[in-house]
Amino acid sequence: MANPTMTLIASVTVGSGGAATIDFTSIPSTYTDLCLLTSFRSNRANNVDDIYITLNGSTSSFSNKYLQGNGSSASSGSVARYYGSCPAASGSTTSTFSNDLLYMPNYAGSAYKSFSGDTVMEYNGNPAYAALNAGLWSNTAAITSLSLSMTGSFVQYSTATLYGISNT
Amino acid sequence: MTAGATYTPIATTTFSGGTTYTFSSIPSTYTDLVLVVACSSAALETMILRFNGDTGTNYSWLRILGSGSSASSLYLSNQSAAVGGFMDNGQYVNITNIMNYSNTTTYKTTISRMNAPSSYAGAFTSMWRSTSAINSITILGDSGGTFNNGKATLYGIAAA
Repeated sequence: MANPTMTLIASVTVGSGGAATIDFTSIPSTYTDLCLLTSFRSNRANNVDDIYITLNGSTSSFSNKYLQGNGSSASSGSVARYYGSCPAASGSTTSTFSNDLLYMPNYAGSAYKSFSGDTVMEYNGNPAYAALNAGLWSNTAAITSLSLSMTGSFVQYSTATLYGISNT
Repeated sequence: MTAGATYTPIATTTFSGGTTYTFSSIPSTYTDLVLVVACSSAALETMILRFNGDTGTNYSWLRILGSGSSASSLYLSNQSAAVGGFMDNGQYVNITNIMNYSNTTTYKTTISRMNAPSSYAGAFTSMWRSTSAINSITILGDSGGTFNNGKATLYGIAAA
């Protein structure tokens, strides 16, 4: 039997000063897949903020399809680099955070990089969002860094944990 | 840090062509299974799953889809396969969770997250009306397309 595998690479908890970005650098190429689990809230003066992904410092060659429900209807769209959505400072219940999962197979291979994202943003108010997110970075480079950003900043207690998964 | 014996690779295969692959002799020692298929295909088609080689009309499935411009849903009963997602000519990834796969009392259900960024985002739920423990999973395209430039890996998750 193969060895168990879901290995912590790095974890970030945002401190009292907030953070404009969350960065994972020097990602080792020793795993097969990456799994990122996050919980976010924004200081943006709105009830929601959208989160975007940057890979290897690149913001180009991304494409996306998402399927979203907001509590009253379902819709679909395309927003390049879309990662997820989270509650923000104005209009969303205090202490509510998003819950997001990103799965990225074959991140160190030479094929284009596709990824699967699930995100929920619920704050005991309307609208709430749940979204399924299909993303693609049309680049053959191995992924060595991953950054997340939003219109506002990540508030204290936002968390992001990156795991490596190996198929051997 | 290793997070316990809860995500164990059972088998993996690398694709550079080929129209089907079977994970066989799946041990019954886990609680749940996770199948990750990340490849490209020549054209858009459905990636289907068959359990224990069953080609009878013993499956049903429901999907929710987003095309980038509209959302839709579809349910079909008495199908000849479960659905694990879509294949397309971009790089796609389909992730299927198969719960309680080795019990011999209940029918088997699956949830698949489908990510074909050139075509659709969505999810499928499927049911196989069999009380047999799942000991093999066959993946193939419903139009006979090939699996290119990628991998498929089957993981086992143990509750204890």
